[in-house]
Amino acid sequence: MKNPFDHDSPPADAPLLNVQVDGVWMQFPKGLNAVEVARRAQKFIPHYCYHPKLSISGNCRMCLVELGTPKLDADRKPVLAADGKPEISWMPRPQIGCAALMAEGMAVRTISPVIDECRKGVMEFLLINHPLDCPICDQAGECKLQEYSVQYGNDHSRFTDDKVKKPKRVDIGERIVLDDERCIMCSRCIRFSKEMVHDDVLGFIDRGSHTTLAVHPGKRLDNNYSLNTVDICPVGALTSKDFRFQMRVWFLKETKSICTGCATGCNTLIGSREQLVYRQTPRENEEVNSQWMCDQGRLGFHYIHHADRLVEPMAKIGQGKLPTPWSELIPSLATQLRGLSPDKIAIVASGRLTNEEAFLLSQIRRTLGGDDVLCDIVPRRGEADGILRSADLNPNTRGVELFGLSNGGKTLGQIRHGVDTGHIEALLVFHENLAGEAGWPVSSIQNVKLLAVQSILPCPTSELADFVLPGASFAEKRGSMINGTGRLQRLNKAISVPGNAMDDFQILLQLKAALGGGNGIHTIEEVFKAMAEVTPAFAGLSLSKIGDLGLELKFNTPLIRTASPSPHATI
Amino acid sequence: MSTNRVVDPATQTVSPEKVYPGAVDPHHPAAALPKGFEAQADEIITHYPVSKRSASLPLLHLWQETFGYISPEGIEWISHKLGLQPINILELVTFYPMFRQHPAGKIQIRVCRTLSCALGGGYELCEHFREKCQVGEPDTHGLAISPDGKYSVEFVECLAACGTAPVIMINDDFYEDVTHQRANELLLKYK
Repeated sequence: MKNPFDHDSPPADAPLLNVQVDGVWMQFPKGLNAVEVARRAQKFIPHYCYHPKLSISGNCRMCLVELGTPKLDADRKPVLAADGKPEISWMPRPQIGCAALMAEGMAVRTISPVIDECRKGVMEFLLINHPLDCPICDQAGECKLQEYSVQYGNDHSRFTDDKVKKPKRVDIGERIVLDDERCIMCSRCIRFSKEMVHDDVLGFIDRGSHTTLAVHPGKRLDNNYSLNTVDICPVGALTSKDFRFQMRVWFLKETKSICTGCATGCNTLIGSREQLVYRQTPRENEEVNSQWMCDQGRLGFHYIHHADRLVEPMAKIGQGKLPTPWSELIPSLATQLRGLSPDKIAIVASGRLTNEEAFLLSQIRRTLGGDDVLCDIVPRRGEADGILRSADLNPNTRGVELFGLSNGGKTLGQIRHGVDTGHIEALLVFHENLAGEAGWPVSSIQNVKLLAVQSILPCPTSELADFVLPGASFAEKRGSMINGTGRLQRLNKAISVPGNAMDDFQILLQLKAALGGGNGIHTIEEVFKAMAEVTPAFAGLSLSKIGDLGLELKFNTPLIRTASPSPHATI
Repeated sequence: MSTNRVVDPATQTVSPEKVYPGAVDPHHPAAALPKGFEAQADEIITHYPVSKRSASLPLLHLWQETFGYISPEGIEWISHKLGLQPINILELVTFYPMFRQHPAGKIQIRVCRTLSCALGGGYELCEHFREKCQVGEPDTHGLAISPDGKYSVEFVECLAACGTAPVIMINDDFYEDVTHQRANELLLKYK
């Protein structure tokens, strides 16, 4: 995505400059400030208000460094030292690193007695009015004020007066609570709202010793990106109502994954503890979502812990449905399917399947009869917002297209007609509710003689199913997906599949083995390997080679396939 | 995800609890602007060809001169006029002490309290005015208004006549060497 500012990534063709960092001459592309130059030199300049993706405001003063320019002689030529390098003329006062754009021959000192004093001083000022409520503050553990206080601050406070009182627990938005006493007035949230989302509702009122962050009276910070302000808030001033007081952040295990809320595939961290997901936060990937994600995607994970979650495989016995072990359920389903001719079977796949699942499903389809088995996905259209949200709300439409399982929803009508006329007797449904987005009436679903549904939550379709195969949510499985721009990205397993539910690829693998025999594939890595061997787009890849940031795929065939099934689907 | 906006009173920065006496209709719609007001505003904006935003302060002054204080409608109108968001204007209004968000009295008495006037009896003079005009306790901005809305008394900083302390301003008129006796006479004059 395009950020209004990218202080950390100058253009690829930027010329190189010689800059001295803590006494060492190095080369950096032109366009970096002192903070970024130091970062590239493996040094760290602490900062609060500076954010590489937002405009520079320079108000926190934490990034003070010593700066120098080349010493010039009477002819305005640099004076060279004995080692042939230019001599530095140091500025008499420290400068803020965030607003210091580096030029040829400049020098930065990130560590010096002066800078130590500066940081101590800034920390002391920032803490004068900051409440000491870390034990009840959500930010504790990932609070820059805490961290820099330990690293650069003082061990005690000299301040004896009363702290300034400001509004607490201010409800500034549907998903955000503000504590003004904790705010250190860095203005990151104000700049984010204005520059990234163009929703300029935040500002500082009563500027002076009572400076207060506020929303304009009558307005709310309710935009779909509001929770990013909680991420970039260096302190605990802005907190998420969803995550507030739920879990101390140091207990969270962070699993690198991707958001499955739409085809953008924002890179995420899933924060979980003891089989419970507590939060999802964006993970930086400049090729996809930079450092942001939308609130809808971020909060759209709670369904995985729904009380009614399907956790027991079930099969219809007589009039009722009873829990049935996988070892009985899958062979029984396979036996019933094998007795049917291909045109009597149809598959409703899903744009939510991973590539591995789609690949296995395409193999099952081939075993059942190939293209004669009608197959499609349920398309989900939303509205693109020009920031991150894609109009395609299925996370892996391109992946299921690659395996010929999708016809963009155009075959769905044909399948329903087949069901209604009784021609199609068996229907396999994967992570879709036919009575939901597909819009089938319950009477149509009742027509299916053999209905197998792989799902996470109960729905009218699973209620009517003869076989219920409880699957895994995005946080419970590994696998890969292809986002809307053709980028291959990886999901990672944060928590275990609950109860007797099973990872989707294992269900498909077992069904495939029951239908057509096993082939020595057991792990998701092996599935990927088998898939890569027969899929040109994945040639030479493995699940681990995808990496945390994903890969841009090179497609030999056009990706958007509408009519003809993929040649790869018939391996 | 619903975006229904329920305004929590806690988020209101302009607290509505105090009813200010003498307030003119605070909901003056733009249509009710005095004749020539908008033309005057447009003329002011032409002084700032590089950035309209620079006209924020002059427009706030214009609004306060015209209406006596800056209402939420004024903030809306000015921000709209300059292509800004209301919060950008509210930031200014809450920063500068000279901008009022509530009406002051019909007769505004400003008493200097900077060094010379403080030494020359400015504080006593201000107390005298407060008693005479029967204004109540000053609000958080130091402005005290009489219950009928006729008088308001407040301190101001240096009025640049340090040799003739204490000095005051009543509305736009300037008075030097104001003794308590003189103060009583002035109050009669402005009755």
